[in-house]
Amino acid sequence: MLKDVTLGQYFPGDTVVHSLDPRTKILMVILYIAALFTAKSWLGYALCLVFLASAVAVSKIRLSAMLKGLKPVVFVVILTSVLNLFYGAGEPIFQWWIFKISREGIKAAVLMGSRIIMLVMGTFMLTYTTSPIMLTYGLELLLGPLKKLKVPVHELAMMMSMALRLIPTLIEETDKIMSAQKARGAEFDTGNLIEKAKAMLPILVPLFLSSFRRADELATAMEARCYHGGENRTRLNVLKLAPRDFTTLTVGALLLAASIALARIGL
Amino acid sequence: MDQIAVKINDLTFFYTPDEEDETPRDVLSGVRLEIEKGSFVAVLGHNGSGKSTLARHLNALLLPRGGTVTVFGMDTRDEELTLEIRRRVGMVFQNPDNQIVSNVVEEDVAFAPENLGVPTPEIRSRVDEALKTVGMYEFRTHAPHLLSGGQKQRIAIAGVLAMRPECVVFDEPTAMLDPRGRRDVMNIIRRMKNELGSTVVLITHHMEEAAMADRVIVMSDGSVKMDGAPKEIFTRVRELEDLGLTVPRTTRLMYELRERGVDVPLDTLTVEECAQALACHFKAG
Repeated sequence: MLKDVTLGQYFPGDTVVHSLDPRTKILMVILYIAALFTAKSWLGYALCLVFLASAVAVSKIRLSAMLKGLKPVVFVVILTSVLNLFYGAGEPIFQWWIFKISREGIKAAVLMGSRIIMLVMGTFMLTYTTSPIMLTYGLELLLGPLKKLKVPVHELAMMMSMALRLIPTLIEETDKIMSAQKARGAEFDTGNLIEKAKAMLPILVPLFLSSFRRADELATAMEARCYHGGENRTRLNVLKLAPRDFTTLTVGALLLAASIALARIGL
Repeated sequence: MDQIAVKINDLTFFYTPDEEDETPRDVLSGVRLEIEKGSFVAVLGHNGSGKSTLARHLNALLLPRGGTVTVFGMDTRDEELTLEIRRRVGMVFQNPDNQIVSNVVEEDVAFAPENLGVPTPEIRSRVDEALKTVGMYEFRTHAPHLLSGGQKQRIAIAGVLAMRPECVVFDEPTAMLDPRGRRDVMNIIRRMKNELGSTVVLITHHMEEAAMADRVIVMSDGSVKMDGAPKEIFTRVRELEDLGLTVPRTTRLMYELRERGVDVPLDTLTVEECAQALACHFKAG
């Protein structure tokens, strides 16, 4: 039942997008989002769409996977579009009671909707093609300079990778606890929302307790393996920027520049 | 002196009580022990006998409240030496799920050398070597949570071997494994002793596992009650039972036969030895 939980799902592969340095991919997402938000016209959006579509094509991520991931944001997309639909200024082309729909309103609704969809899809390109470990490592390196400001960057990255490591273990454990409770007559699928929430309590309490025990044992095991913080730590896989990373980043910078230029000249 | 890996002198330990007015109960009291380099020592005892607490003193996870623990000539109370002690004395725990730190097998094995600041190319060679030793090299890019318990425990052992320790402490490493995983882990332990020359300390409550060691230490109520070769220890069936332990099935059989007046030797540990002794006896009789 819990087997199909996808959190930061990763589709392994060996395409150029997969093999890019995680830092490059994180920066590309930031550049892409910036470009998306500066875009004001159809042309600006088209530019971002071309970029996104080529990234998807190169990464060989199936379109169905991209669309499936959109499910949770459907509500937000519809809500934003509808709100924009009625708040557009200009000549109304349709009017009923207090609702006015103008040409600008329609344009804003479509653009806003596509902006959110493209935004989410852009971030999918990062999480679908980068393993969680690489993602954390990339973040740790990118945030490295913050260490000078006494931000515990290594510790935060370690916590994140520990959390990712424990997700499958905890899912397995939840399954076990649920089966144990079901065997004793608990029902999780019936009743209204409040009853369902109440039924979760006998799962959460043992889960919490065992998580604490796990955390304790894991910390002991890490200490036994000489863990002593980020000081003098080396890595099995060291990240190194390759020429293709610089090429990719140049493309990203050009995308943002073009988007800004288009917005400036009012296209 | 040089031949001694671990020297424990009058070790006393208690956990700080939760309430201030509570008097602490000694978990270990007056433990004296010497473990020779290259030996394979099994520590037996029922739950709460202090055997795991003793194990945690060997790599400075716990520090003595009284007495001293000296590992390869280093006092565990010296904080400067903690890392060096932990590098030289590796520890494998009971639950493989709670000692694996990464989503990728090889990155997990690399964890300890990474912590020790080993240069990258050497980490690679150590990881490959450790994974080959435990026979998990083909699984190096797999996700640990998809492996069986026995395989996970082998990964955990590889993670310790990658530190190149001189001594490895196993704290009930087979308690959560199926028979097959148990056999695989025990084979690795035997090979570590024979081929790598490591000092092995095995905490267990399986008599059959303890029978594989060169020396068996029986603990109860926080102190060492018996200490000797497995053959010698297991013949003391009454004493073991008084301490809440059962003897290996082969010894049990021989013991019962002797109780009924059949004159067979007690010091047979393996099934083969036992069968041979019985065959001998009945041929002669």
